[in-house]
Amino acid sequence: MLSNIAFYGAIETGLIYGLVAFGIYISFRVLDFPDLTVDGSFPLGAAVAAVLIIEGVNPWLATGAAVIAGMGAGAVTALLNVKLNILNLLASILTMIALYSVNLRIMGRPNIALLTEETVLTPWYNLDLEYHQVPVLLFTLVVLVGLVLLWRFMKSETGLAMRATGANPRMARAQGIATGAMIVLGVALSNGLVGLAGALFAQSQGAADVTMGVGVIVIGLASLIGGEAVLTPSSVVRALIACVIGAIIYRLAIALALNADFLGLQAQDLNLITAVLVTLAIVLPGIRTSVAARFTRNKA
Amino acid sequence: MANRILRTLLGTALLALATMAQADDQRVVAITQIVEHPALDAVYQGVRDELEEKGYKDGDNLRIMHESAQGNSAIASQIARKFVGEGPDVIVAIATPSAQTMAAAARKTPVVFSAVTDPVGAKLVKSLKAPGANITGVTDMLPIESHLDLLERVVPDAKRIGTVYNPGEANAVALVELLEERLAARGMELVKAAATKTSEVLGAARSLVGKADAIYLTTDNTVISAVEAVISVGERASIPVFAADTATVGRGAVAALGFDYYDHGRQTGAMVARILEGANPGDMDVESVDTLELFVNPAAAERMGITLSDDLISDAKEVVNSDQ
Repeated sequence: MLSNIAFYGAIETGLIYGLVAFGIYISFRVLDFPDLTVDGSFPLGAAVAAVLIIEGVNPWLATGAAVIAGMGAGAVTALLNVKLNILNLLASILTMIALYSVNLRIMGRPNIALLTEETVLTPWYNLDLEYHQVPVLLFTLVVLVGLVLLWRFMKSETGLAMRATGANPRMARAQGIATGAMIVLGVALSNGLVGLAGALFAQSQGAADVTMGVGVIVIGLASLIGGEAVLTPSSVVRALIACVIGAIIYRLAIALALNADFLGLQAQDLNLITAVLVTLAIVLPGIRTSVAARFTRNKA
Repeated sequence: MANRILRTLLGTALLALATMAQADDQRVVAITQIVEHPALDAVYQGVRDELEEKGYKDGDNLRIMHESAQGNSAIASQIARKFVGEGPDVIVAIATPSAQTMAAAARKTPVVFSAVTDPVGAKLVKSLKAPGANITGVTDMLPIESHLDLLERVVPDAKRIGTVYNPGEANAVALVELLEERLAARGMELVKAAATKTSEVLGAARSLVGKADAIYLTTDNTVISAVEAVISVGERASIPVFAADTATVGRGAVAALGFDYYDHGRQTGAMVARILEGANPGDMDVESVDTLELFVNPAAAERMGITLSDDLISDAKEVVNSDQ
């Protein structure tokens, strides 16, 4: 019931949001830092990449610049928290709000079309593949590279220090870890990944728009939590794979919901469906354990 | 358990296939819009009604698919893939972001855009005349010159024209840039006040007091959603407020020489019908609004400290008297 194009489209968007989920994994799970900056750093990545691309800069360089811009945004949020002692959630909201104006300044207007520009995808269309398969191939490669790099980073000494910072900051400090620096590095890394996602999304959609960040955090969280529900994240690599799987499942669910006319569902129900999916994904594992606990107690 | 889930899934899939089975002579038109909004919903209704009048009845010889992205660009992208994948005869994309997303996804399927202010700037078409590829449509670019003529006719002394707009809305920014240029050509000045969300409209309107002799509002979604805030400022400070769309006159603006988004949708539907009958979108010029109507509100004008002339009122297609 899903057409080929809709199917590949869901995978493509899922892969891009897999990068967002990587970012949210680092902030929410590794650092325990609820970070809403992503609603601003996603369009920031799109804006930076789009402006550079229409200036004639190589699209890969433009995408790299988007990553750096995203990292800068994340660093600002973390510094507000670490240096000025602003509550982490509030610090991220402040950066997110500020980024709306910054993005408008960068673009100079609310929407930059890339439909006729050369993007990172352009050379790949010469391959002997169907049009809608090309982005899936390229973005799979990007996600795989990201996954391997992140995995290796998390096993490095710095990565372990970052994980310790999130797990038990007092203990980490006692071990001589500069927890403030770890938070700045982690939130910057997280938003760099989100900036990358924004840059790739703009290039596959044909435009950067200042409004495209709306709801990125919810979708990223839905992907992260959904992936964790499917694949128990007992190790870093499993957690990262869960992010990608969760993002793709979420997109396939939306694609199915768009085809679910026969269930009486309509377009305007989509946001409700998203909220229900996220709530279920959060609640179900808890229910499972509490039911299991009751059974074991009864047996005993 | 797993078996039962699988069976239920298969069952629903088969059901879906059954409902999707269509008669061979049925044409398919897929319509998408970026968000639910009175103007965009009116466009959708206009497209439907025009198609029906041209002999294409939904559920009979026509199947209409309709989706809204609820303001979410990732969902807009998935809607685009869904539509392109189902291979409809024509896709209608309402508003700029939806149209761009559709243009990126559709290679060959004819696409007709609607409610797009600057289709060349949005890179949907290379030119307004015979755009060449698979995309054409109707632009809602305002006839700014006619609007300024009307404004000068009502308040000839006004030299500083204020406007409230959302700098995050592509259509609004394109219009404000054009407005600034055209006003300068008339020796007039544009005073801008930005409002990024509806709650900021009142403050932005207040900032115009003392700086503007009249206020002119474009079809900015954010501002029109909260237009009562601008009207109340206009009434308190005696600054006449003009609108670009006729519906806003009913809400208290002095006058508008505008068009109805429903008619805009009808015009879009007529283009869709021509493509269903075999026309090639690449040969069809981008159309602009072809019916302009003058709406006036003499009571609102009184409250804003001016009197509308009798000949202006007699020129109006509709005289609205909103009392407040």
